[in-house]
Amino acid sequence: MNKRIFLDPLFKNNPVSVLVLGICSALAVTVKMEPALVMALSVTLVTGFSGLIMSLFRNTVPNRIRIIVQLIVVATLVIVVDQILKAFAYDVSKQLSVFVGLIITNCIIMGRIEAFALGNKPLPAFMDGIGNGLGYGMILVIVSFFRELLGSGTLLGYRIVPQSWYMGNGGFYENNGLMILPPMALIIVGLIIWIFNARKEWSK
Amino acid sequence: MKGIKKFTFLRSTIDAFDAFLRVPDTVTRKGSHIRDCNDLKRVMIVVVIALIPCLLFGMYNTGLQHYLASGTGAGLPGFWQIFWYGFLKVLPLVIVSYVVGLGIEFTVAQIRGHEVNEGYLVTGMLIPLIMPVTVPLWMLALAVAFAVIIGKEIFGGTGMNIWNPALLARAFLFFSYPSHMSGDDVWTDGFSGATPLAGLSEGTSWEGMASWRDMFLGFIPGSVGETSVPCILLGAALLLYTGVASWKIMASCVAGAGIICLLTGQPLHYHLVMGGFAFGCVFMATDPVTSPQTESGKWVYGLLTGAMTLIIRLYNPGYPEGMMLSILLMNTFTPLIDHYVVSINMKRRIKRTAGHGQ
Repeated sequence: MNKRIFLDPLFKNNPVSVLVLGICSALAVTVKMEPALVMALSVTLVTGFSGLIMSLFRNTVPNRIRIIVQLIVVATLVIVVDQILKAFAYDVSKQLSVFVGLIITNCIIMGRIEAFALGNKPLPAFMDGIGNGLGYGMILVIVSFFRELLGSGTLLGYRIVPQSWYMGNGGFYENNGLMILPPMALIIVGLIIWIFNARKEWSK
Repeated sequence: MKGIKKFTFLRSTIDAFDAFLRVPDTVTRKGSHIRDCNDLKRVMIVVVIALIPCLLFGMYNTGLQHYLASGTGAGLPGFWQIFWYGFLKVLPLVIVSYVVGLGIEFTVAQIRGHEVNEGYLVTGMLIPLIMPVTVPLWMLALAVAFAVIIGKEIFGGTGMNIWNPALLARAFLFFSYPSHMSGDDVWTDGFSGATPLAGLSEGTSWEGMASWRDMFLGFIPGSVGETSVPCILLGAALLLYTGVASWKIMASCVAGAGIICLLTGQPLHYHLVMGGFAFGCVFMATDPVTSPQTESGKWVYGLLTGAMTLIIRLYNPGYPEGMMLSILLMNTFTPLIDHYVVSINMKRRIKRTAGHGQ
């Protein structure tokens, strides 16, 4: 049961490719792989722990003020993540800039609390949060992999495409500038959704 | 057809060649149809024929610009030598465009079990004409693949696309590899100079550019097929005579540019012959798939396309060529324009009949 709760959001109910949530940050932080990885990790932690905490509160919080309580919990967690990043990974925190703070507005988090954590026991709620965070992170990493490889010729900052291939050095290759621009992230997400859907149809 | 049962898995491909080489004897039996000799294939071939003058001139101009740029004052070689040089430069572009594009079209039709559509015959000819001749072939292949797959096939193939595939290919290259497409550096064979539009965005005075006559006739550096206005007009005449393209779009496009010129005091006759305006206006904006279907919608679409082109040219120094961007933008709004024209028309007719109802 717990295994299914954890694995479903990775593929079958992926928050980005199936529910189409959290697209904005997927466009913004996927130019390079490193910020995408950090972002994925941060969101996973926040979804997991906010699910856990709200699930613990589920019988005590009055229904009418639950949104406010959720916001407080999520905002607190995001601030913790932000402070940790600033303390231990300052460069990445700089690159992510406002998008760490904007995790609060990531629809996946509130969506999972409302849809799952408020009606389930703490452990499943935690697994669900982690699973959704990882499902989101997986898409982020796939998108950023292609964007960094084709747009900058590097992966995680290491050069993959040799310098001698470039036109400036007498080669034939050139980085694809469109990959750096936001539209391409949308197109890659679209292609991933396409592949997911096609796979679903074949397995029928 | 009945003899080749063995290859049923290649049915779409065989059908396509069969219909291309012979007139098929199958007749539609369901529904109502207009019987006309102008089927999709005929329409597409008319556009391709209309593009031939531009292509031939583009080949000659490629050679001419090369010899002018590398010339040491020893005089130009003969006509055929110039043409032959350009021919060898332009032909690979055409071949790559057709091979990659048709390859994808055939594959997709095969996978989906569709018939192969004729739409790509025109797109494949348009793409090389709107490219700088020096574009590396692999970039061209990539752009063609992008335009056909992302721009056309995922929407359902010919007739379903939102944007003009040929312009999408150019836009892809323009944003992906700006240094090869910006128009600053079109002739890398020993010479690089700004095309008139790039010069305009950098503030070169009108006197510093090629003369109006040269721009009109097309003896200037630029993309392969879009420099010569007489050749484009020749194509336009054929398109209008056969009724393939809409004269309303062409006319309103020019009018839209004219309005902006009036407001800003720019010389309209220069803007009409510079860059891709004439070519885009005649061959791109009039694409029947991506332009409005309603007659008054065509006026709105053309006016806004022409006006937007000039606005981008004049106020956005980053993008000297506004024609491509403005047509793509208006393509996006085409369904909206059609929707409003239809609903306004419905409202008017309801109002008109309301009085007679009682």
